[in-house]
Amino acid sequence: MPESMNLFAVFFSAVFTGNILLTNYLGMCSFLGASREVKTALGLGTAVVFVMAATGALNWLIYCLVLVPLDLVYLRFIVFIVVIAAFVQVVEMIIERTSERLHAALGIFLPLITVNCAIMGASLFMVIRNYGLGEAFAYGTGSGLGWALAILAMAGIRQKMAKARVPRGLEGAGITLIIAGIMALAFVGFNGMLSAGP
Amino acid sequence: MLMAFLIAVGVVCAINTALALLMVAAEAFIADYGACTITVNGERKLAVEGGQSLLSTLKAERIFIPSACGGRGSCGLCKCRVTGGAGNPLPTEEPWLSAEEKAQGVRLSCQVRVKGDLAIVIPAELFNVVQYTTRVTAIRDLTHDIRELRLRLLEPAAIRFAAGQFIQFEVPPYDLTDEPVYRAYSVASPPSVRGEIELEIRYVPEGICTTYVHRHLKVGDAVTINGPYGDFRLRDGEREIIFIAGGSGMAPIKSILYDMREKGIRRKATYFFGAKALRDLFLLDEMRAMEKALPAFRFVPALSAPEAADDWSGERGLITEVVGRRVPDASAMEAYLCGSPLMIDACIEVLKRKGLAEDRIFYDKFA
Repeated sequence: MPESMNLFAVFFSAVFTGNILLTNYLGMCSFLGASREVKTALGLGTAVVFVMAATGALNWLIYCLVLVPLDLVYLRFIVFIVVIAAFVQVVEMIIERTSERLHAALGIFLPLITVNCAIMGASLFMVIRNYGLGEAFAYGTGSGLGWALAILAMAGIRQKMAKARVPRGLEGAGITLIIAGIMALAFVGFNGMLSAGP
Repeated sequence: MLMAFLIAVGVVCAINTALALLMVAAEAFIADYGACTITVNGERKLAVEGGQSLLSTLKAERIFIPSACGGRGSCGLCKCRVTGGAGNPLPTEEPWLSAEEKAQGVRLSCQVRVKGDLAIVIPAELFNVVQYTTRVTAIRDLTHDIRELRLRLLEPAAIRFAAGQFIQFEVPPYDLTDEPVYRAYSVASPPSVRGEIELEIRYVPEGICTTYVHRHLKVGDAVTINGPYGDFRLRDGEREIIFIAGGSGMAPIKSILYDMREKGIRRKATYFFGAKALRDLFLLDEMRAMEKALPAFRFVPALSAPEAADDWSGERGLITEVVGRRVPDASAMEAYLCGSPLMIDACIEVLKRKGLAEDRIFYDKFA
């Protein structure tokens, strides 16, 4: 398979079949907390796409250029998390300084996802699966998009549900988790699309 | 073996140091907004260092805007009008702002970062807000879960407030919090007592401030408060008054009643106080004494779920039901409510049904 095809497969499977939120259940806390409105979900989703793509590539570089040569791969958890945290903080400062509109739309969500497990998860998966730099970037972008897609869908459903009569014990997180489960089942349906390939 | 260990430590240190340096550089070059000027109410100019939130910048200038969550944007209390220099409200503020407030430039001061010169408008009364150091002189259990605290003011030594107003109680870092947290409590003592204040604080499991007060605070401890805040106070006039409170909602009403007694205000007044069972009632003797001192005042405690052993001949039922039974027509009255948001909303509905105009219902909701 040509490499561009492989990149596409990595990207596609990250968005759909291996959706980081719905198949690995990572990034749940912000998924439940910020999925009440489509507008907020869109801002948070965009922030996740951006941070995952950038930190995926950044962590890949540090992993392959520093940790692997020095035989220190067991330190990846600590290293990845501080890189993500520092990166997000600096990007937020730059956005806040340079563009008020971008800050209002995207920047204020950045601190919320600094310690998001989905971001960390994406960085860890990419090294576990031995991705190259291109694939790591494709995987990061795809996972971010998949996460954004899932939270947008959930926000759309929850906006409609705001007027529904949910049994009292299931209000809030309860019904949201049930819906997330049904959405996860739907995403399982994508599985057949890639398994035909190598 | 030692070598490998040193390399591991060295690499982690190197990466962390590099990132820390990057952060420090970013902090110094990107997030440095230099000296800014905040113009308050068009007259007072404050020279401040930019980069922090408006709330904490003003606090450093000893202007205290009420806030209950400590600047996380989750209580919606620290509103203030920013008339110039801050741009549009952020998505984190929108849930707290009405369309009208947005049009007036109202912002949550904890979400506005001071990045340049700002012009703000705050109520003049906030200039009277002062931070006090105090000492606990008495702690008394009013019920199984409500405590009365008495605080002697040390520096400054006297407070001036209106009956019904509240102060903010600073909880220092302890088991449940890593940073100082502020919580609002109404003053229960009358304004004539200026060197001491009383607070009534109900225990809420896991509540940061209530746990601190109920489990940690001892007589002799130092407490920092700031205040007074709020516009919950008795309006002038001759209208008949309805007071409704539940639990520690007693505090501001008690202050108002003692104030009425001292000032000789003899307006007709009925105080409905809701509790679950007999063990949740308190200050009954004080209220009976108040009925003697104010001939037109009646105290009506009501139990919603008395226990089998309770010897109770008074009113029963939810406070809304009791008010519904005892008040035939509220159209000429004035109402003052203090308690949980649920109780207050339900009472407002009942009072409106009884003909009371909404602009004569005043309330203090527990946030």
